[in-house]
Amino acid sequence: MASTDEIRRELAEIVNEIAGVPAADVQLDKSFTDDLDLDSLGMVEVVVAAEEKFGVKIPDDEVKNLTTVGDAVAYIERAGG
Amino acid sequence: MTDRRSVVVTGLGATTPVGGDVASTWQAFLAGRSGVRLLTEDWAVDLPVRIAARVAVEPTDVLPRVQARRLDRSGQFAIIAAREAWTDAGFEGPAPEAGVDPERLGVVCASGIGGVTTLLANYDELLAHGPRKVSPLAIPMLMPNSPAAHVGMEVVAKAGVHTPVSACASGAEGLSYGLEMIRSGRADVVLAGGTEAAIHPLPLAAFANMMALSKRNDEPERASRPYDKGRDGFVLGEGAGMVVLESAEHAAARGARVYAELAGAGISADSHHIAQPDPVGTGAIKAMHDAMTDAGLEPSAVTHLNAHATSTPAGDLAEAVAIRTTFGTAAERVTVTSTKSMTGHLLGGAGAIESIAAVLALYERVAPPTINVDDLDDEIALDVVTGQPRPLGDGPLAALNNSFGFGGHNVALAFRRS
Repeated sequence: MASTDEIRRELAEIVNEIAGVPAADVQLDKSFTDDLDLDSLGMVEVVVAAEEKFGVKIPDDEVKNLTTVGDAVAYIERAGG
Repeated sequence: MTDRRSVVVTGLGATTPVGGDVASTWQAFLAGRSGVRLLTEDWAVDLPVRIAARVAVEPTDVLPRVQARRLDRSGQFAIIAAREAWTDAGFEGPAPEAGVDPERLGVVCASGIGGVTTLLANYDELLAHGPRKVSPLAIPMLMPNSPAAHVGMEVVAKAGVHTPVSACASGAEGLSYGLEMIRSGRADVVLAGGTEAAIHPLPLAAFANMMALSKRNDEPERASRPYDKGRDGFVLGEGAGMVVLESAEHAAARGARVYAELAGAGISADSHHIAQPDPVGTGAIKAMHDAMTDAGLEPSAVTHLNAHATSTPAGDLAEAVAIRTTFGTAAERVTVTSTKSMTGHLLGGAGAIESIAAVLALYERVAPPTINVDDLDDEIALDVVTGQPRPLGDGPLAALNNSFGFGGHNVALAFRRS
């Protein structure tokens, strides 16, 4: 099982690919939409890419609770990624 | 008529198979360079037609990566062409910073087929990996109005953003729509044109099965040959053209350079056949006639015509007959060029690129040649410019641009300069 920081770093690569923000800026306290140039469509792209990367399912109902990078990392950890 | 607002062309932008901007495209036109190449992609191997005219400069080499990935290829072309036209007109930054009232700024970006490569790539994903892998960006990328919407957001256009769709007449219809927006008082400035990105095995197979495409696979640069006896169909091209149309008062108030006046438009429909031209050319004649009437031009005042002429046996001839009928004896004074001999057929982008060619022919006072006319078809009987570019002389000049589309759509635009 990947560590919190490994998950964050891999998520940062996904966010960089989709939104273009530097991976180093993708920290646990950052909001996807307020800080990382992601709109709702970009967020769906991040979720689908994360599902594939970490082998987890992130239901649509759950996505609205993933405000920050930390929320997403915690969810992926709980889901066994 | 007398109080109707004049509309002028103050900015030009393009990305085409012969150049990544207007200057390089125009130089290629004057030099008679073809942009048609053999397709080297694996998917092309089994196609009956393996030639096409890709843009000379890949849009992903020009656009920021994140912006490019959210745009269909046709939208990438449109953004590139629109930026060039906007800057060329002397505007810097979005409308509020450029001194243009957003409420008086419109965008018209036409399309023939829309985001067909995005649609098909996502269908491939759906089949291969299931519905979860279909991009949430697919719809905003593939909708035909997507390029117009993106251009509109970039310049902050609030007077209306539109996408005429009339197959290969779309780009010219885009300019005519922009003309009407300004004449009717809805806008003072309109970024208008068309775009297309349909080089993909499905459209290529479909056009080939219509017997519409040239099969001259062994001589790509010689394949698009309008008016030549050996013409055997069009070559699929891609790219975009956008122009800045502006009311003459608005242009004069800011001291803008004027390339030419967009003096009139004529639009008609054949109601004849979904894909065949009306052999008598009634609709095409009406479009050219109406464009000249709208512009207040006598046929004898028209010195140049950028023809639709796609290099199909029936289409080139039908248009030539229509031109001769429209102009009568004045046809002898009209220098005719088909720039499709160099760019291939840009479908929804064609009318825009070819309007730019017509505008520059007036502005530079020289008509580019039609290439590959080794053996001029006697039945054409027009003054086709071949070989070297043809000087158009001094004094007032006027030109027409013809665009016709599957479905029987006919658009003629009339440009003039003093």
